[in-house]
Amino acid sequence: MFKRIRALVIKELQTLFGDPQSRVLLFLPVILQTALFPFAVTLDVQNNTLAVLNHDAGPASIELIQRFGRAEAFTHYINLQSDQAMRSTIENQDALLVLFIPVDFSRKVASGREADIQAIVDGRRSNSGQIALGYVETIIQSYNNERLVQAGQTAPSQIILRHWFNPNLNYKFFVLPSLVAMITTISVLIVTSLSIAREREQGTFDQLLVSPLTPGMIMVGKTVPAVLVAMIQGTLILLAAVIFYGVPFEGSLVLLYVSIFFYAIAVSGIGLLISSVCETQQQAFLGVFTFMMPAVMLSGYAAPIDNMPGWLQVVTEANPLRHLIVIVKSIFLKGSSTGFMLDHLWPLLLIALITNLAANWMFRRKIA
Amino acid sequence: MPDVLVHLDRVKKVFPHQENAALEELTAQIMPGKVTGLVGPDGAGKTTLLRMMAGLMHLTAGTIKITGLDPIKDTSELRKIIGYMPQKFGLYEDLSVQENLNLHADLRDVTGHERKEEFQHLLKLTDLTGFTDRPAGKLSGGMKQKLGLACALLGRPKLLLLDEPGVGVDPISRRELWQVVRELVSQDIALVWSTAYLEEAELCDDVLLLSEGRMLFNGPPKAMTSRLEGRCFQLRDVAGSRREVLTRVLDRDEVLDAVIQGNSVRVVLRRNADKPKLEDLQAGPKAHWVPIPPRFEDAFLDVLGVKPPGKSPLADHLENLKKDGSTVIEATHLTKRFGDFTATDDVSFKVVRGEIFGLLGPNGAGKSTIFKMMCGLLQLTSGKALVTNIDLKTSASKARQHLGYMAQKFSLYGNLSVQQNLMFFSGAYGLDGEEQRQEVASMVQIFHLEPYLKASADSLPLGFKQRLALACAMMHRPDILFLDEPTSGVDPVTRREFWTHINSVVEKGVTVMVTTHFMDEAEYCDRIGLVFRGKMIAANTPDELKKMVRTEKNPEPSMEDAFIELVTKDRHEQN
Repeated sequence: MFKRIRALVIKELQTLFGDPQSRVLLFLPVILQTALFPFAVTLDVQNNTLAVLNHDAGPASIELIQRFGRAEAFTHYINLQSDQAMRSTIENQDALLVLFIPVDFSRKVASGREADIQAIVDGRRSNSGQIALGYVETIIQSYNNERLVQAGQTAPSQIILRHWFNPNLNYKFFVLPSLVAMITTISVLIVTSLSIAREREQGTFDQLLVSPLTPGMIMVGKTVPAVLVAMIQGTLILLAAVIFYGVPFEGSLVLLYVSIFFYAIAVSGIGLLISSVCETQQQAFLGVFTFMMPAVMLSGYAAPIDNMPGWLQVVTEANPLRHLIVIVKSIFLKGSSTGFMLDHLWPLLLIALITNLAANWMFRRKIA
Repeated sequence: MPDVLVHLDRVKKVFPHQENAALEELTAQIMPGKVTGLVGPDGAGKTTLLRMMAGLMHLTAGTIKITGLDPIKDTSELRKIIGYMPQKFGLYEDLSVQENLNLHADLRDVTGHERKEEFQHLLKLTDLTGFTDRPAGKLSGGMKQKLGLACALLGRPKLLLLDEPGVGVDPISRRELWQVVRELVSQDIALVWSTAYLEEAELCDDVLLLSEGRMLFNGPPKAMTSRLEGRCFQLRDVAGSRREVLTRVLDRDEVLDAVIQGNSVRVVLRRNADKPKLEDLQAGPKAHWVPIPPRFEDAFLDVLGVKPPGKSPLADHLENLKKDGSTVIEATHLTKRFGDFTATDDVSFKVVRGEIFGLLGPNGAGKSTIFKMMCGLLQLTSGKALVTNIDLKTSASKARQHLGYMAQKFSLYGNLSVQQNLMFFSGAYGLDGEEQRQEVASMVQIFHLEPYLKASADSLPLGFKQRLALACAMMHRPDILFLDEPTSGVDPVTRREFWTHINSVVEKGVTVMVTTHFMDEAEYCDRIGLVFRGKMIAANTPDELKKMVRTEKNPEPSMEDAFIELVTKDRHEQN
C-alpha cells in the first residue's frame, strides 16, 4: 500500500514541479504577494489631505492648524475660502476630513469659554475617516491639556496607550503572518481540487480508478503533495517576513509547522470535497472561490471577529483559516503558551477530520 | 470544364516550437461541383489546411487563392462565399434548431424573403423540418452534423469546408449525410470533406491524401486503388486459430498487409508477388484464396510501403493462461438511466477466457456507458456487472490488480516524461525495486520507446503515445484488458501494429473487451455485441452477423452492411 501511495506522491510532485508553468503558478503568487501585500494592505492612515476652512484669524486657530500640519496622517493641507469649497472638497474626495473653525474661536478660547470646531468626515471612507478623526481629537486634546497646564491648572486624567506585541502598530506585522495562512490556502486548494479536475478532463482519473488504488489512497496521494507545498510556501513567507520585513518571531517553530500541517490537511479535505463534485477545472475553480471568499471574510483578517453578530462569530469557529490566522499571529508576535495554542489547534484537527471524512464519503459515493 | 475554385500553391505551415512542419509545400486545386476528400490520420494536417482556407490561420509560406482572392487579406469578401463547419459543429446546444439557424442567418446577413426561403430549403434538405423547436444539444450525432451543415450553408456559399463531419455519426446517418452532400455538389458547390476514415475517401470525387503534413496522393480515389487491382485476396474458411494464421501470413515477404476479417484473412500482396503457398500457412484443409476488390486503405499502405509486424514480443513477456472456457466477464440485465434518458437498456452478455469481445456501435450509442459500468467506473441503475465473479464497483483493489485499462485518447500524464509515466503506472500496480526496473526496461524495449524516454508524453507522435499507453496497461501482466476505442484517429499502420500486440496476448489467454466504431476493427473480435441506442441488438461472431443479412442481391455483405441491416430491422420491430 505504501509503495503505491509513494508512486502517487512522486507522480504528483513531478507534475507540480516538473512543469515550468505550474512551478511559476506555485511560486509567483508567493513572491508577488510577499513583495506587494505588506505595502498595499496597510491600515495606517497616512498621506492624507486635511482641508480647513478657517473663519477665525486669531492665534489659537493658527496654532492648532500648525499642530495638524505636523501630524503624519496629513501630508497635504488645503486652505479653504468658502462654504461651497467645503462641500466640493468632500464631494470630490480632495480631502478626507474638513475642519471648520468659526469666527469667534480664538476669542472664546482666550476668554476661557467653550470653543467648538466642526469636523466633516467623508462617510464613504468611513474607516480611514474614523481613524483620521481620532488623530484630530488627540491633537486637540493635547492642545487643551497644554493650555490648562500653562494656565496653572492640572490637566484631567489621561489615557496612556501602549500597543503590546506590536508596539508601533506596524501593520506589516499583522499582514505577513496572515499571508502565511492566505497563500497556503490557495495553493492547497489548487493542488488538490484543480489537479483532480484536470485528471478528470484528461481521462487519467479513470485510469487511476480502474487501478488497484483505492479512493482513500488517491486522496492521500493528493493530500501529501498539498501539505508539502504548504510547508514550503509557509517557510518562504516566514523567511521573507523575518529577514526582509523584520517581523519578530517570538514563538515556537515546531508549533508553527504543526499548525500549518493540520491546516493544510483540513483545507485539502475541502479541496477534495470540491473536486469530488466538479467535472471540469472551470467548475473546480468556481468551487475554490466559493470557499475562499467567505473564508477570508470570516477569518478575522479583514474585519475583527469581535465586531460580528454573535451567531456569525459561532460560524467562524468552523473556518479553518480563522484558527490558523490566530495561531500564526500569536506564534509570530507573542510566542504564546502551548495551552493557548491548543485551544485553536484542536478545532483545526476537528475540521480536518470532518472535511476529510466528508470528502472520502463524497468520493466513494460519486465514483464507486 | 468549370474553373478551378481554390488554388493551393506550395502551402506550408510550421507552428512555433515544433520541429516538423504541420503542412509541407502542398500544391493542389479544388474544383466546383466535386467533393474533395481531405484524407489522413490525426495529425496529418487536415484541420490546419481547412483553417488556412477559411482565413482563420496565417500561412508560413506559399499562397492560397480562392476565386483569385486571398483568404486573409480579403476576408470580408470571402466570408460571403465560404461556409465552414468546424469539428465541434459550432452549434449552441441550448438553442433550438431554429434559433441556431436564426443566429447564423443574422451573422451572415441573410434577411427578408431570402431568409425564409433558405430556411425552408435547408430544413427540407437536411430533413430537420419536424425538429425546429428541439434544442440542438438533444439531437442525435447525425442530426447535429446535418444542422451544422445547414448553418454552414446559409448565404449560399460556393466553397464549403467540412472538418470531419463523419465523426460521431452512425453508418445510417452517414449515408444520409452523403446524400445531402451529393445534392449540394450537383449545384456546383465545391465541397471539402476532411476525414480520418480512409474508407470515406472512396466516396469522394477527388482525394488529397495527407500523412504527417505531406501530401501522398492527389487525384480520384480510383486512380489510387486501381494500382492494387489483382493484388488483394481473402483466405477463406481458415481452420484453427486465425490469429496464428495471420501471424504466418504477415511473416511472408510477398505480403504487404494482412488483417483478420471474421473467419478469413484479408491479404494484400506486394507488387508482382505471388500468393503464399497454402500449405505454408497451415490454415486447414478447407482454406482457399478468393480475389477481392482493393480498398483505399490498401493503397495508402502501398504508398507508405511499411508493413506491420506479424509477431509481438509482448506475448513472450506473458505467461500462458489456461483457456479453460470459464466466464471472465459477465453482464446481466445491465441498465443505466440518466434522468429520463436510458443510456443502457437491459444488456446481458458473457465473455470467456482468451476471447476478444467487441462492443460495436456509433458514438453515443451507449458503448462507453456499458464499458464503464463493466470496469467499475459508473454506477449501475440495475442489473449486475461481474468481472471474474467480482463486482468491481464495490470490491477491493485486489480484483483490479488483474485488469489492464486503456482509454480513448490514451490517458497518460501529458507533462510527465515517458520514463515517469512508466514508473508511475508500474508503481501504482505495486511494482517496486528491481522488479519495477526490469519491467519498465522490457516495456521500453518491446515498444521501442528508448529515444523518447525523457520526452514528455504530450510531445510524442500519436503512434508512440498509443504504444506508451499500451505499455502502461500491460506492465503488471493483467489477464483482462479493457480497451476503449483504442485506435481512434491513429493511422492504419499503427492500428495494425496495435492489433498484432493484442492478438498475441490473446493467444496467451488474456481476455479482451474492446469498444470500437470502426467496422473493420470489429473483424478482429471473436464475438461482437452490436450496440444501438443503448440496446444490444445482436451479439455473435463477425461471420454470423454478416450471414444474418446475406441476400441474393448482396451475397457478401460487409460489417457495415450487417450493422445497417440489423439496426434497420430493429427499428422496424420497435415500431
